[in-house]
Amino acid sequence: MSDINKSSNPFNPRIVAFFCNWCTYTAADLAGTARMTYAPNVRVVRIMCSGRLDPQFILKALRDGADGVLIGGCHPGDCHYQEGNYKALRRFTLLKRLLESIGIEEGRVRLEWIAASEGDKVQRVINEMTETVRRLGPLNLEIPDAPLKGSVITEHYPEAAVSQGASNE
Amino acid sequence: MSKPKIAFYWCASCGGCEEAVVDLNEDILDVVAAFDIVFWPVALDFKRDDVEAMTDKSIAVSFINGAVRNSEQSEMVELLRSKSQTVVAFGSCAHLGGIPGLANISNRAEILEEVYSKSPAVINENGTAPREEIEVPEGKLELPSLWNTVKTLDQVIEVDYYLPGCPPPVDIIKGAIDAIVKGELPPRGTVLAPDIALCEECPRKDTKPEKILLKEYKRPHKMAVDPEQCLLIQGLLCLGIVTRKGCGAACINGNMPCTGCMGPVSQARDYGAKAISSIASLADSNNEKEIDEILAKIVDPLGTFYRYSLPASLIHRSYQKSSQQGEK
Repeated sequence: MSDINKSSNPFNPRIVAFFCNWCTYTAADLAGTARMTYAPNVRVVRIMCSGRLDPQFILKALRDGADGVLIGGCHPGDCHYQEGNYKALRRFTLLKRLLESIGIEEGRVRLEWIAASEGDKVQRVINEMTETVRRLGPLNLEIPDAPLKGSVITEHYPEAAVSQGASNE
Repeated sequence: MSKPKIAFYWCASCGGCEEAVVDLNEDILDVVAAFDIVFWPVALDFKRDDVEAMTDKSIAVSFINGAVRNSEQSEMVELLRSKSQTVVAFGSCAHLGGIPGLANISNRAEILEEVYSKSPAVINENGTAPREEIEVPEGKLELPSLWNTVKTLDQVIEVDYYLPGCPPPVDIIKGAIDAIVKGELPPRGTVLAPDIALCEECPRKDTKPEKILLKEYKRPHKMAVDPEQCLLIQGLLCLGIVTRKGCGAACINGNMPCTGCMGPVSQARDYGAKAISSIASLADSNNEKEIDEILAKIVDPLGTFYRYSLPASLIHRSYQKSSQQGEK
């Protein structure tokens, strides 16, 4: 991974990874125990099953500053909860189409099946994804809140502000 | 003692919300009995100057409908905010962005180009385009400037309550007015509608099985829709499963699927993401290729699942490269 650190592109992407407890997270653990090195750009969030992954989590990660989101689950047929990974696959397939239609590049959100024994695949996927996102550049969906009071908005439009205090929180 | 004052205002909206107020029919007399209407551009001849002349917080409640997408609208809602004790976002557009919010798929430059030159119905040989100001012998004239991004009302001013729906159902409006008259309003920020999914009040709920799996997603104009059976099990994208109830299942009673105008229940932050989550997981396949084929039948995921809520969503608008982001 020395080649990654020496990459001519200085941009260091932030990638949020959602790994399922039973396969991919265990594999990441294995990669660590086996002292495999890989790009340090991924922040792993452990979830019990890839089927638990609400599409809102992915959008929230991107909204809050992630440049990419990696999802790891058990191989088809191997889900600890029988079919959680199939649900994840269905949601991911539709969500990907949505992201495409708003112009978020395909490589920014990726789903991979990684079994508990595949520490080397964790290493490979993380390195690949880091390179892909590095090439795509920063996402910059993060947008400052709208000034709520006393502002002259005609002079200053903060682009696409997100209201946090709204009813839906 | 004088009656409390109320105001109605419209921003980027179609006028349907005004219609909903009129649809109160004779109950509007109760409103007039309880309140003085001090501002209502669609019906009464009060001007902006009249509002400016009021003392701060002198309006009890302002009902504002429509999304906010230009400088005039933002000035007016800021003015009304400063004159009002309570502001109610009235209808889908003020609440979540609504149909005008779908303009966030595009941007200002594209919209102006389409409307003033590209559209096949336009003949514009001189290339006339709107300008925000112009010098004439009498002085400088100004027009409001169109924003690049449509916003919900609460992204521009503080909002106290929300009346959802496109337009808000009459019962929901009446309930809100009653609550205001009696001073029995819930905590600030509440959506003044039941916090349960529409399926719960659907007349077809007994035909909805525990588990639904679909081999095909269909569109209502391409099939004969059974008038008794749950629309979702017929393959239609009925979004009642993720949408707040309170409309009396009006569309379903018209044999059309719910499109989600009442917005999400309070547990969901992003309506479209929740809809994608529940609709996609119904695809009846475990095979990657087949799943892809089944879900490809959903022609326009963005327009379908964010029909009323794009500006309020986590995505907010189509992604612009940083070079475009500075543009207002």
